[in-house]
Formats: sequence, structure tokens, C-alpha cells
Amino acid sequence: MFRWLAIATVALGLSGCQTVQKVGDKLQGAVDKVMGSKGQKLDPWESWNRKVFAFNEKLDETVLKPVATAYSEIVPSPVRTGIDNFFGNIGDAWSAVNLMLQGRFKAGVEQGMRFAVNSTIGLAGVLDIATEAGLEKNSQDFGKTLGKWGMGTGAYVVWPVFGPSSVRDSLALPVDWKASPAVVFDDGKKKVLITALNLVNTRANFLRAGEMLEGIALDKYTFYRDAYLQRRGSFDDDDEIEVLVPGSSASAPAGAASGAGTANAASAPAAAASEPAVTVKKPAEPASAATR
Amino acid sequence: MTLLTSLRHLMAVATLGLGLVHAAHAADASAPDLLIRQLSLETIEAVKADKDIQAGNVNKIIALVDAKVMPHVNFQRMTSSAVGRFWRQATPEQQTKLQAEFKTLLVRTYSGALTQVKDQTIGLKPLRAQPTDTEVVVRTEIRGKGDAIQLDYRLEKAGAEWKIYDVNVLGIWLADQYRNSFAQEIGANGIDGLIKSLADKNAKAAATPAAKG
Repeated sequence: MFRWLAIATVALGLSGCQTVQKVGDKLQGAVDKVMGSKGQKLDPWESWNRKVFAFNEKLDETVLKPVATAYSEIVPSPVRTGIDNFFGNIGDAWSAVNLMLQGRFKAGVEQGMRFAVNSTIGLAGVLDIATEAGLEKNSQDFGKTLGKWGMGTGAYVVWPVFGPSSVRDSLALPVDWKASPAVVFDDGKKKVLITALNLVNTRANFLRAGEMLEGIALDKYTFYRDAYLQRRGSFDDDDEIEVLVPGSSASAPAGAASGAGTANAASAPAAAASEPAVTVKKPAEPASAATR
Repeated sequence: MTLLTSLRHLMAVATLGLGLVHAAHAADASAPDLLIRQLSLETIEAVKADKDIQAGNVNKIIALVDAKVMPHVNFQRMTSSAVGRFWRQATPEQQTKLQAEFKTLLVRTYSGALTQVKDQTIGLKPLRAQPTDTEVVVRTEIRGKGDAIQLDYRLEKAGAEWKIYDVNVLGIWLADQYRNSFAQEIGANGIDGLIKSLADKNAKAAATPAAKG
């Protein structure tokens, strides 16, 4: 037994490292085929998904993208912002509900206040006054709520027209639709129109980024899938946030923000020393940044 | 549509990630959150002040990345993490090429987004780490119009200094994001195939002014 092993070892050694590496690669490849990498395990319907993805791409290329491009060229920017805000405002109300369902009451109240402020002073949501007032937007949906309740994303699914989703998010979709902007209107025709406008608005917002994505993704399908699953599988928190105001790093207590020990205290003066020129140069900048 | 929104934000942020670019000259790398704090602040300042960056001058951005940011990034670790188990099969020469092309891909693609930095501010979240930790996550977010954009950094302690080795945009760690794509390409065409397809991407982006946005 041992002799055989020894002979095998010598034989392998003689045949050179390259062969060994090849054998190793083959084994690893076989293991990969069975186990799959992380993305592949979550994509058991890949061949079907790819077909739907290709269909969606075609649809986007021939209809949605040209319409969105025309929309962003013809409709003046302030009007588009107003439309975007209007849809965003309805989204805020739904985010507030979901934050409550997730047990994040403080954040939920904040989004509720956004909705209240923008719906009234902001003229039915057309103006985003709340952001100016320091109420940050925090978008949530029912899929995220299910996730917060402990449900994993499940397998990746690509739906015709609606695009990337997961088993979990697909289950949540009907619930989210109940809260879509179309719900504001009771007339069926208006519902269709508003949904179409929402779609065009979303696509128009994505025009530039979409072009950049073309340059960054090796395989667009894989790239979208992995981005979707990572993004939808992660959750944010409600930690206190210290807003860094440009030009004021000298006055901010560096030690307070850190748990990394005494090194901070020692280095803080150095940081302060390197900053004053900036502070003096731009007196107006910090004030305007702080109100945003 | 959530994904579209996410990806749009991703692009907007990647911006600021790269803005780090410019930023790092006086950065103090002795504590991870201090480093990120300073890089972030100086980034915002620098991007707002620099007309060339706003106009999307790619070469200027790349030069700045090399000079200012790269000293604070362990890009070899980032690349090897994205390449995964294939990394140790690559020759040193292939590794160098992979790093160079991956860096160019990220820098060039995001440079267009730098033009979009206008009213944003940066929020820093409390550091959850022990003084003895040698790998930490520093969490920040970009606050402007719309949802705040999550922007986290993984840092490792290398000697007395901290170095960034991965970036998370909107819940997406970039090294993880590329792992499947890279593995897929290597599976089909080998490591040289991956280098070639990255190089092709970069060459194509360089040829079309559209990348400027």
C-alpha cells in the first residue's frame, strides 16, 4: 500500500508540476460543477433566466430605452424632478409602513414625517422639502421586510418585463404592487398611464448608469444577478451618523468616533494641523452643506 | 426596478469612492476610521473644487489615483480576492496584468461618475471594533438627494498603517461582485482569457468618449 503511494508520488513528480496542476484543476472543476459557486447555487434556473434576460434586454433596447431617452430630452429637468419626487413620495409612505413592520420605529416615524411634510408643504410630493429639512430618504419594500424577518432571498428569478427578482422578492411583489403609485388613481386608464410614466421615469434615471454598466460588466447577466443577490441579501441599520462637514475636520473630535485606541488622540492634532487652510478658504461651504 | 435604482446609486457612489483619488495627500493612516474620515472629507472638497475632474478628465483621474489613493489601498489583495482560487495558479506576470487591468476597469468606468458629485455630504457611522483588531469595517454613507448611499470599507492593519482592501457600495462588496464573473471567464478561456477580456473592455471604453458621460 505505502509502496504504491510512493511510486505514484514519484511518478507524479516526474511527470512535472504542470500535470499535477491540471489534475488539480480538473478535480476542482468537477467539484464546482457539483457544488456550484455561490452565485450559481442561487441560480438553479439559469438557462431559463438567461432567456428571459435576453428578452428583457431586447425589449429595453427597442422600446424602453428609446422612450426614456426621448423623455429625458424633451421634458424639462425641473418637471422630471417633480415627477420623480411625486413617485418617491408615495414610496416613502410604503417605506414607513415597512420600517414599522421591521420594528425600526424611529426610522419609520422619520419616513412617515417625510411623507407628511412632502404631501402637504411639498404639494402632493412634487417638491422634496423633507430632504432640505434634513429628513433623509430611506427606501424599504416588503421583500426587505420579509428578509428582516429572517427569510433568505432564495433562488434568483428573472421575470419578463419586471426583470431581476428572487423567490422571496417575487412573493413580496404582489404586496408591493398594492402600494404602487397607481393605487392613488381609481380609474383603470389612469392606472395604466401612471404605471407607464413611473417605468419611464425609473428608466430615465438609470440612463447614464446603464451606459457605465455596459463598460464594467464582463457578462451582464452574471453581473446583474450577483449585484441583485448581494444587495437584496444585506441590511442597513439605524446607527447614529456623524455628518462630516467639509472644512470642519479640525473641529470634529476625532477620538470620539473611534474604538481603535489611543493612536487617535495622538494623531488628531496632526490632522487638525493639516486642515486649517481649507477651513479658512471656504467659509461659506460648510454652512450650505450642513443644511442639505 | 429596485435594482436599476440601486445600480444607479452604485455608479453615483463609485464616484466618491474614486474621489478618494485626489484626497489622500495628508491622510493619516494610523487609525482606520481616521483614515476614512480624512479621505472622505478631502474627496468631497477636491471633487467640488476641481473643474477637470468634473469635466471627466480620465487621465487626470487615473494619475491622481496612482499618486494619492493607491498608497492607501492593498489592490493586490482586492484583485486576488476577486480572482479567488485561480489567483495562486496565475504567474506573477499574469497577476500583475490582472491587477493593472482590473484597476483600469474600475477607475475608468467610475471616472464618468465623478462629474456628478455636487451637493453630497458624507456621514460616518460609529466604528464597531476592538483596539486589538487588525481587520475592521468602516461604515459611511453618502447623503444627498434620494436615499443615502451605503459606502463601507474593509481595512487591514499592515504594520503601523491601515490599508483598504475592499469597498462596499450599497451592500455590494466589489471583490465579491466580480468573483463569479471572473471565475466564469477563467473557466471558459483561462486566466489569459480573463486578462484579454478585461483589456478589451478597457480599450473599448478608452475609444468611446461615451465613457465620459
